[in-house]
Amino acid sequence: MSVMKKMLTTVAVATAFVGGAAQAEDMRIALVVKALGIGFFEAAAKGAEEAAAELGGVEIIYTGPTDTTAEGQIEVINSLIAQGVDAIAISANDPDAVAPALKKAMDRGITVISWDSGVAQEGRQMHLNPSSNALIGNMIIKLAADHLPEGGQVAVLSASATATNQNIWIDEMNKVMGNYPGIEVVTTVYGDDLADKSYREAQGLMQSYPDLDAIIAPTSVGIVAAAQAVADAGKIGQINVTGLGLPSEMAGAIESGASQSFAIWNPIDLGYSATMIAHALATGAATAEPGASIPMGRMGSVTLDDTNSGAMADPFVYDASNIEQFKSIF
Amino acid sequence: MKQLIKSREAILTAAIVVLLGLIATRFPAFVTPGNLAAVFNDTSPLIILAIGQMIVILTKCIDLSVAATLALTGMVCAMINVAAPGVPVFVIVAVAIGMGMALGAFNGVLTWKLGIPPIVVTLGTMTIYRGIIFLISDGKWVNSHEMTPAFKALPRVAFLGLPALSWLAIAIILIAFVAMTRTTLGRAFFAVGGNPHAAVYTGINVGRTQFWAFVASGGLAGLTGYLWVSRYAVAYVDIALGFELDVVAACVIGGIAISGGIGSVGGAVLGAIFLGVIKNALPVVNISPFWQMAISGSAIIIAIAVNTRAGRSKGRVILKKTEAEA
Repeated sequence: MSVMKKMLTTVAVATAFVGGAAQAEDMRIALVVKALGIGFFEAAAKGAEEAAAELGGVEIIYTGPTDTTAEGQIEVINSLIAQGVDAIAISANDPDAVAPALKKAMDRGITVISWDSGVAQEGRQMHLNPSSNALIGNMIIKLAADHLPEGGQVAVLSASATATNQNIWIDEMNKVMGNYPGIEVVTTVYGDDLADKSYREAQGLMQSYPDLDAIIAPTSVGIVAAAQAVADAGKIGQINVTGLGLPSEMAGAIESGASQSFAIWNPIDLGYSATMIAHALATGAATAEPGASIPMGRMGSVTLDDTNSGAMADPFVYDASNIEQFKSIF
Repeated sequence: MKQLIKSREAILTAAIVVLLGLIATRFPAFVTPGNLAAVFNDTSPLIILAIGQMIVILTKCIDLSVAATLALTGMVCAMINVAAPGVPVFVIVAVAIGMGMALGAFNGVLTWKLGIPPIVVTLGTMTIYRGIIFLISDGKWVNSHEMTPAFKALPRVAFLGLPALSWLAIAIILIAFVAMTRTTLGRAFFAVGGNPHAAVYTGINVGRTQFWAFVASGGLAGLTGYLWVSRYAVAYVDIALGFELDVVAACVIGGIAISGGIGSVGGAVLGAIFLGVIKNALPVVNISPFWQMAISGSAIIIAIAVNTRAGRSKGRVILKKTEAEA
């Protein structure tokens, strides 16, 4: 026991020494991701580097386990504590499993925030969501409306009728319909996140509503299937398929013109904002508390709710102008 | 015997016509020839799979791994296309069929040589095949823009007004019809399921016949795997998830007896078309999605109920003619 204690003390002293030496030069912010080698997170690291360059005097440590496990992340966190970094910004593999390790980090004075995939409240100072339900609901109808200046008919192709996320987004969309005069949502159909059923539902929409102008699919399987159905029906240019999808999956639809644009979070902005927030909290320029507004550089600022979490921004819009850049990222 | 099959198919055809009539009252455009052709095209994968499943069910077995075989073969085809875009499409189709047959043969060997009940074997391989897709793809999608235009074009090429997908289904229906009625193996499938003991006495190897049934079903599922992935232009772990139930349902609706030995290609095809009509009609008749499930379920049960009644009366008439003559 005493040997153990001695060893721990030695480690702690060494850590303090190394930490102190590093602090004199640079503020070190660790960006901990679910696993290394995932395009989405590589892009987030790019955003973090951008923020570091803007801030100056910040070193980004981009790290994470080799596979998406909570155990791997705990090891990474422990080694970061040993290195005495100034801040940890993590996208967690498990909200609860990593919390004790992060709590330990906070006890040592390290700023801890979570982004993308959150950590239980006791394990972080704040959480940055990529977006919020209200922003997503508004974005999906805006995507359709932007290409229909004279109004028109749109239909929603959702996942299953009981899918929680999609139902919330569609509810939020309906709340802001007043801001889009001339746009009429004719129906909502459900593709159950199956390619064949979604395709068939999209075909059904085209038959039932010959004057349909857009299909909004707030689900990645649905949007791809609907785009294929529109392309096969020869209705490219007549019906615009939009909603939420991934650039790698939607590149073909953008190329063929079946989809003018779609939205999803931008990992670069996410990494950038997480770094900006971590910096602001670590320097004491801002405090993470309910109602606080924390600056995020070019992304504006985030306002925290009762659980100390906030939404970064509107989902990012992808179209022909930027799809090439992002399709290889995620 | 011939008359029995005829009447069974006649009942199903009538049911489909009634169904179309009901749909037409709510959405008249559904019964236009162009749309009916589109419905047939959409149902083609189900028809091809139902024919394979029918052969397996005839031999007193069941193949629950068809959808997983389809998904695994489809993923492999898509990955070959991405890795080597120069490989011609007919080679990919051959790989699809060959690989499907190999996966089916694995089911067949386990059933034949180890004597494991087919429902257990295929329930196991269903999960294994899905797992393999995850392993080889790492859970990632193969997307439309990564596939070559030729890879995606085959099912869509129109010939005499119908897409190639429909023509393939028609060709397979014809081949299966000839094979099931005119070849030794085709008749053996019936014999093995109808009366395995009698089949043994006539020199038919029951296990080997079941093995070939699984190979046939696997090969057709493999072919459908390519068609599916190229038609929807996307491949991922969960494609056609749960589709094996539709395939079995199509067979049961088509009057193929789960106890084996009774059934026909026509029945399987009509059963598939019946389901296909429902699947295509539900999106346009404007019914709540919660009711849709109940409706397609009820339609299946009604169809089966009608079929079983018809089947029962058929079974009793074998000796009547002789009695009357005597």
